[in-house]
Amino acid sequence: MVLSVTDQGIYCAAGDFHIDPWRPVDRALITHGHADHARPGHRAYLATHAAAPVIRHRLGDVRIETIGYGEPRRIGDATVSFHPAGHVPGSAQIRVEVAGQVWVASGDYKTAPDGLSEPFEPVPCHGFITECTFGLPVFSWAPQAQVMADIDAWWAANAAEGRASVLGAYALGKAQRILANVDAAIGPILTHGAIEATNAVLRAQGLALPDTIQVTPETDPRDHPGALVLATPSALGTPWMRRFGPASTAFASGWMQLRGVRRRRAADRGFVLSDHADWDGLNTAIRATGAETVLVTHGYTAPFRRWLAEQGYDAHVLSTEYEGESLDTPDPTEEAAA
Amino acid sequence: MKRFAALFAALDRTTRTTVKTAALASYFRSAPDRDKLWTIALLSGRRPRRTVTTTALREWAAERAGIPLWLFEECYPVVGDLAETIALVLPPASRTSDEPLGHWIDEIRALAALDEPARKARILDAWDRLDATERFLFNKLITGGFRLGVSQKLMTRALSQATGVAEPELAHRLMGDWTPDSVTFDGLVLTRDPAADLSRPYPFYLAYQLDDEPAALGDPADWRAYWKWDGIRGQLILRGGEHFVWSRGEELMTDRFPELAAARDFIPPGTVLDGEILAWRDAAPLPFNALQKRIGRKSVPKKLLAEAPVRLMAYDLLEWRGEDLRDRPFDDRRARLDALVAGLPPEAPIMASPPVAFQDWTALAAERARARDLGAEGLMLKRGASPYLAGRKKGDWWKWKVDPLTIDAVMIYAQAGHGRRATLYTDFTFAVWDGPALVPFTKAYSGLTDAEFRQITQWVRKNTLDRFGPVRQVRPEHVFEIAFEGIQQSPRHKSGVALRFPRMARWRHDKPASEANTLADLKDMLAQYG
Ligand SMILES: [Zn+2]
Ligand SMILES: [Zn+2]
Repeated sequence: MVLSVTDQGIYCAAGDFHIDPWRPVDRALITHGHADHARPGHRAYLATHAAAPVIRHRLGDVRIETIGYGEPRRIGDATVSFHPAGHVPGSAQIRVEVAGQVWVASGDYKTAPDGLSEPFEPVPCHGFITECTFGLPVFSWAPQAQVMADIDAWWAANAAEGRASVLGAYALGKAQRILANVDAAIGPILTHGAIEATNAVLRAQGLALPDTIQVTPETDPRDHPGALVLATPSALGTPWMRRFGPASTAFASGWMQLRGVRRRRAADRGFVLSDHADWDGLNTAIRATGAETVLVTHGYTAPFRRWLAEQGYDAHVLSTEYEGESLDTPDPTEEAAA
Repeated sequence: MKRFAALFAALDRTTRTTVKTAALASYFRSAPDRDKLWTIALLSGRRPRRTVTTTALREWAAERAGIPLWLFEECYPVVGDLAETIALVLPPASRTSDEPLGHWIDEIRALAALDEPARKARILDAWDRLDATERFLFNKLITGGFRLGVSQKLMTRALSQATGVAEPELAHRLMGDWTPDSVTFDGLVLTRDPAADLSRPYPFYLAYQLDDEPAALGDPADWRAYWKWDGIRGQLILRGGEHFVWSRGEELMTDRFPELAAARDFIPPGTVLDGEILAWRDAAPLPFNALQKRIGRKSVPKKLLAEAPVRLMAYDLLEWRGEDLRDRPFDDRRARLDALVAGLPPEAPIMASPPVAFQDWTALAAERARARDLGAEGLMLKRGASPYLAGRKKGDWWKWKVDPLTIDAVMIYAQAGHGRRATLYTDFTFAVWDGPALVPFTKAYSGLTDAEFRQITQWVRKNTLDRFGPVRQVRPEHVFEIAFEGIQQSPRHKSGVALRFPRMARWRHDKPASEANTLADLKDMLAQYG
């Protein structure tokens, strides 16, 4: 086996390194900066040039080496390279080759381009480790342009009625994807501190985002009529929001596909927007790798494995500690930055 | 269906009642009459008869989606709703449809006359002509259980805004056993039909639960107290030589309770009584499960009539000699009711709920403590000056239930909820100790806050010992205080008892599993209250 799982994480014995380990290790290859993949405490990190700044921002003073997409690197008896995963800016699938056997750990990925992240590239391999956060056929995403048009229409209608539009989205990835794709001419855009901090990191590495105004205790919403307010999911429904008065609230997530979840969030609107692949995306991506062996992690692993096995793959469940697109646990790093 | 789907989307995406009312009123101003009627019918719990089995729908949907049936079944508990699961797995429609809601309902009803292959062809054709929301609604019309988050009251208000007919008048007109085929929009909503009035009940006045101490209600002299019985709230209507029995759920139940027909022999036409239908024998109510046996049956066998005879325990007099008394003070209505009942012979199936006398709130609290011994659920408090209002209103009527029985139990199984709780573990099975073993004795679904449900969900995911389909066996670690209203012997349950209205009163973080109650404690309660 090129890759296996230890108590620490996904492990490559030939190169003696881990991928996205969940307990401290000597050498960690990191797919992207989300908290369940990039954890503190490793002796050395390797990540893409584009992912490193956010990881540094979140983990503080850690030893990170960086690498470009597609650039091969020898580690022990293994050759590794990073390839775009299309999940968030800088996110990568990690290709590991040992004695002619190629395995790919995909981290989190989505197949449709989002106008911000480096678009997903299928990487031919023998074994593919795939997430399946939305690995059931009820999950199918509408084209991004349509979702953004819905968000624009909601924002414009609220602005016309003199109400703020508060939209909950994750601080890394989702928030910037929305920023980069909404019609910024509709009104001013205000941001929660955790989102603005990530914006600053991404702007500094050259990503083009429209102007935003960070919400501080001194912010008076009356100075910004018709604003779109980007909030972290955990800030929705808290005192932080009260300053915006009778605002319209919304939440952007793949889970908004389900009416039950939409209603439970008690937001006025739910926009179906995910940074993970939908059912068709997962199946297309897996097919494109040409892999015979597929290991499935975080998500609907049991049914997805059975489905893949029935399609003729040598499919297994890989127990990991990644969390997918969580609805109920606020990201602890967001809490800290808030 | 486009207009109805747009209405649904507008209602579904807001929690604000003013926005919902406006959306519904605008629909009632513009939709075709037949669609309006069907919308009113659906929002008041009426729906077309089921013409396709859900088994067939599941199979056809999986086949059309190109997935095996087992995978469809994996999706269903995640989504929590069959109609929605089907709508989501199907490929996008290749055509569109402009036909109104009424057309699709006719289409569904026409399936009854077809054989299975023809039904399948019609359903597949419909799925291919409806967009995602329309398809969900179409499936809902077939499977039932429509919930649009619109109360009858909100609908009535919107209809009133759209038609100019006053709300109380509309509420009254919409009651009764009409169907969209038996009436026209004009006939039901816009004009008064005297024949239909004969059977029509009044909208029920419902009390809120009193959570504070009754002292907050003010001077005890302004208030009257009555026992609150655990039966079926109903209205007995005597008009034009006929009688009708309505449940609070607006179901006509005349034939289920033939004993009440005898009321016609003693009470003049033009009378409407509000009360509780109770199984009653030897001057005392029978346990609720005796009545339950009667509810399920449209016609009643002789044996059951003898075992569980029913009576109406009257609370209020709404109509007398054809006159609507609802605007008069409760004391006035009640005095007439007492006079009416006092004149009845013992064989009449009507009683008046006896008043509970009290001088001050402390004395009343002492009376309330006796409720369980009398087979009552607690007390009803009514302001002597109160009119009979429509719907659930705060202020003049309160139910002051006796404190529930409680027991501390260990959670042993967990299952995800449905609908809006589909991603949370909310349905739990609880056990008490029998020596070293845990014996399951009840399930409970409600009583925790959303935050607590999220917390327990996280815990369940990490502490699953075994899985049986959707049910997870969890580490027996957490203790919950289970509150319930009654306890009865039940040979069908392993523990030998069945609880009435069990719910989680408290999560006992302070108690280890070893300190939960025992089966012997439960048996003691059965001996005392069963
Ligand atoms: Zn991620
Ligand atoms: Zn992840």
